Amino acid sequence: MTDPLLSIEKLVVGLPAGADRSHAVDGISLDVNANEIVCLVGESGSGKSMTAHAVLGLLPKQVTALGGEIRFGGRNLLGIPPHEMRALRGNQIAMIFQEPLTALNPLARVGKQVGESIRIHGRMSDAQVDARVLELFGQVGLPDPASLVSAYPFQLSGGQRQRVMIAMALANDPKLLIADEPTTALDVTTQRQILDLIRNLQKTREMGVLFITHDIGVVADIAGRVVVLRHGKVVEQGLASAVLDNPENHYTRDLLDAVPGRGSVLAGSAKDAPLLEIRNLQKVFVTRQSFFARPRRVVAADGIDLTLNRGDTLAVVGESGSGKSSLARMVLRLIEPDAGDITFDGASVRAMKGEALRQFRRKAQIVFQDPYASLDPRLKIGESIIRGPMAFGASSADAVATATRWLEKVGLGANALDRFPHEFSGGQRQRICIARALSLDPVCLIADEAVSALDVSVQAQVLKLLSDLKAEMGLSMLFITHDLRVAREIADRIVVMQNGRIVEQAQACDLFEAPRAEYTRRLLDAVPGRDFFRRRALAGATV
Amino acid sequence: MMILSRLCAKLAGIVFTILVITSINFVLIHAAPGDPAMVIAGQSGAADAKFIEQVRAEYGLDQPFLVQLGTYIGKVVQLDLGYSYRQRAEVSQLILERLGPTLMLTLSAFFLSLIGGVLFGAFAGRRHGTWADLAVSLISLLFYATPVFWLGLMLVLVFSIQLDWLPAFGYANIRASSFGPIEYALDVAKHLILPVVTLSAIYMAVYTRLMRSSLIEVSHEDHVRTARAKGLNEGQILRRHMLRNAAVPVVTFAGLQAGALIGGAVVVETVFSWPGIGRLTFDAVTARDYPVLLGLFLMMSVLVIATNHLTDVLHRIIDPRIKGR
Amino acid sequence: MQGFMRTFLSRPAGGVGLVLLALVCLLAIVAPLLYPVSPWEMVGIPFSRPGENGMLLGSDTLGRDIAAGIVHGARVSILIGFASTATALGIGVLLGCIAGYAGGAVDAAIVRFTEIFQTIPSFVLAILFVAILTPSITTIILAIGLVSWPPLSRLTRAQVKTVSQREFVQAARCQGQSTISVVLRHVLPNAVSPIIVAGSLTVAAAILIEAALSFMGLGDPNFMSWGYMIGAGRTVIRQAWWMSVFPGIAILLTVVAINLVGEALNDTLNPRISRA
Repeated sequence: MTDPLLSIEKLVVGLPAGADRSHAVDGISLDVNANEIVCLVGESGSGKSMTAHAVLGLLPKQVTALGGEIRFGGRNLLGIPPHEMRALRGNQIAMIFQEPLTALNPLARVGKQVGESIRIHGRMSDAQVDARVLELFGQVGLPDPASLVSAYPFQLSGGQRQRVMIAMALANDPKLLIADEPTTALDVTTQRQILDLIRNLQKTREMGVLFITHDIGVVADIAGRVVVLRHGKVVEQGLASAVLDNPENHYTRDLLDAVPGRGSVLAGSAKDAPLLEIRNLQKVFVTRQSFFARPRRVVAADGIDLTLNRGDTLAVVGESGSGKSSLARMVLRLIEPDAGDITFDGASVRAMKGEALRQFRRKAQIVFQDPYASLDPRLKIGESIIRGPMAFGASSADAVATATRWLEKVGLGANALDRFPHEFSGGQRQRICIARALSLDPVCLIADEAVSALDVSVQAQVLKLLSDLKAEMGLSMLFITHDLRVAREIADRIVVMQNGRIVEQAQACDLFEAPRAEYTRRLLDAVPGRDFFRRRALAGATV
Repeated sequence: MMILSRLCAKLAGIVFTILVITSINFVLIHAAPGDPAMVIAGQSGAADAKFIEQVRAEYGLDQPFLVQLGTYIGKVVQLDLGYSYRQRAEVSQLILERLGPTLMLTLSAFFLSLIGGVLFGAFAGRRHGTWADLAVSLISLLFYATPVFWLGLMLVLVFSIQLDWLPAFGYANIRASSFGPIEYALDVAKHLILPVVTLSAIYMAVYTRLMRSSLIEVSHEDHVRTARAKGLNEGQILRRHMLRNAAVPVVTFAGLQAGALIGGAVVVETVFSWPGIGRLTFDAVTARDYPVLLGLFLMMSVLVIATNHLTDVLHRIIDPRIKGR
Repeated sequence: MQGFMRTFLSRPAGGVGLVLLALVCLLAIVAPLLYPVSPWEMVGIPFSRPGENGMLLGSDTLGRDIAAGIVHGARVSILIGFASTATALGIGVLLGCIAGYAGGAVDAAIVRFTEIFQTIPSFVLAILFVAILTPSITTIILAIGLVSWPPLSRLTRAQVKTVSQREFVQAARCQGQSTISVVLRHVLPNAVSPIIVAGSLTVAAAILIEAALSFMGLGDPNFMSWGYMIGAGRTVIRQAWWMSVFPGIAILLTVVAINLVGEALNDTLNPRISRA
């Protein structure tokens, strides 16, 4: 057996004093062979990115590798002088990053940025470099390479930018490619294309790929072998098929179980009594760069019709720019629609003013995506919650009692009342936001990407909490998400949106089993790990 | 077509701005204590009754307010900035004569401060957290807090009076008329050094601070990590991926400083008796020669608007993201 | 509040600035006690060097005490610095708030108006304003306020816009809190700190403008000011350096002190790495 291409042994990476723990990476060992994809999977804080950055010596300033070895080509990369490390970077070992917009220099043409990679590692004439850049652009599937080379990053789409990053990484035919969450910032259909591209390039070039991801669905799609990390330690590693099908460690099993998409928390059945009706909703955002310049138009809603029944959960699914978040905000009149009707409980929402609007908002509460931005950083948790009930006439003592009750209900104690938002984790904050919303006794809850920023295991807990509360209180829910799996998990019915239009709406299970619209089919096909989880579900059902 | 409509929009903006500035002048004339005709003619006592009557008729001061505004704007549009009774000359003529030296002074100061600021800022930002950084930051703080006119006096005290290296005031030597062209240019350049350094110092300090923090910010950006992952060394990263990006906000800000720069020139020209429109401003203030002051304010505003559009072009060259919008 | 003071004073620059500024303010307050005689009064021999004839910092061309001028000048600088900043804040914050909240055409109009005022050479407008309306403390304060508000207005607008888009503000609106309560309890507390910092730096800039105005001979003739002293001394700088050097140092120290305080405020109120 040949030596592995990259061999990490007992790597320890220290964090600066004052961090929540002393080591980001605590004795990780793993190998990457030529011609295979190894997935490094874990939740936030597992040390997966630190491990990847340590290989190329790209750790942040205060973070240092304290021990262990990273062997590549017979040498320990932790001990080599800087100029030798630079000779490896972008040459034998290349790396691509999560956010392609910020990873590219905004002021330089993309062709020049790719060409730079070639120039610094070899001696080629300008003509040769240009030809090579064109060839690379073709290989990564960029349309019309000849004109795209002179584009600036802001002129490209997210998927195209990531293809440019990949072209840059492949410039010198690296033996090892490190991909740090390369598809996390992309829409699901784009993610599918990039994953396919990486897999194909890896096969044709027989590269070793170290692929970092938080999404076990992605692992199921592309990994040869998988390493599961938690708190800076390896929990389990092995062939992907073996680990995914027969996880030995309970954490791996939990991770797999936490992946949404089987409707496992779905509860309750719907009656056909409409609570919220939206008819022919229209909204165009017009932005002006300056007073005299021609405005830009973005269509957020183009004749949207939908109905949310009492006790029902309706998921609105779409990629970025589909208008799904604007829809949620228009329902609550946080944004004013241009035209159309919104009826809530028989009353026209668009006609409401003053006190009527206030009473309506009490009944229809919202939970936002970013748990860090949705709580006032200067207020104690208790303050944030009690202001709602008090705005509706509750006494201070009653409001505190209500707040306490709800904090306990969402799994936090009364001692959370006197603490500030920054003392809580993302999942805990999202629970606080739910408590704040529910403390007003709403009949309808709007969740705007409410679980999207959370780790998968936390996401599962919050989805379960929402589902339980809904069953207990008979809430109706409008659930906005970009993730079809999450929609499938919690929704009775699903609406699929694209460019401000509804392309399909159906019962959740029908939509998954027999999608009618072409776009829905594409979305479904793009869901990472779909085949694997379907097999897994079937196997689970037969056991 | 797109270009044409953008150009029209831009022109409309400029015209609108000039209209607003003209109206400010007009409002000030009327807000002054006493007779507006006195203001336009110059301070009371300076002009004789006949001239004041002439002004009253010319500016339609017995007409309704809006008609007066219209008349005033009409005169300005025809580049008629009024007549300085005191100096017995058209205001526009007075200003045009003095424009050259001021442009020489402000443009030199603009480029000196921008180049110096970017270099010092990059030097300090590169050494973030070191003694060199602290020293540059402290010095720029001091210059930032120094009154421009006082700095000019101190430079005169040191370099002209104590060391006798450079002339203390004026545009050229008294015997300049006998100089050859090269000798003359050198003489003017020698006279230019102290005023330019004085006027540049505060802006150089501002740009240094801005460039420093901008560079530190850029150094944390993702694309710098990408450059590192390509195998570039730190010097290449600085030159190819950081300097230009960090300079963008500095250039933007420098463009906005055009108005302040011209205000600074007023003070500097006063200190160094530099025969530009700044010195003219000081003389007009001393003599309360209002038509000259009003005309100067308009002219300088137009200059600033022109500079703003020039820096806009510069900005488009270094930041391609603006073009598409 | 205690935590605030501790962070503030933990930065040496903030402490130094605060002490210096306190000293200047103290001088301004006790000026009539230190030098009961008017600083315009000729009290000694003209052209006395510093230390001569019982005058610590010397006398000017008319025999007026420079030290007395500096102490009394502090009153004018501090008064004008703060009063004109208050004026600028009044205009800027009001317009910025309206623009940030109202949005749409009102916003566009205010932004355009602000841009024009930012284009105008502000010092020249201040000169014109004071010269035409005759120099006095009031016109000087108004003039400086009039030319200093645009950056504050832009900043306020941007702050109000971003903060009111933040999700916790929308959540508060959805909680049924009244608009006033949302603005006072959520938007302003989270928007105000950069405005405080910008305001403190405006004080420094205002003191510099006032000095330049009185240097040009546009000071209030009833009050001694540092800029006037430098302007009066500059013609005799060859013979008597002290007449222009000392008032300049006074301006420099005051402005440095305010800038240091402003920077320390900035570090305290807008930490780059938030506690979260």
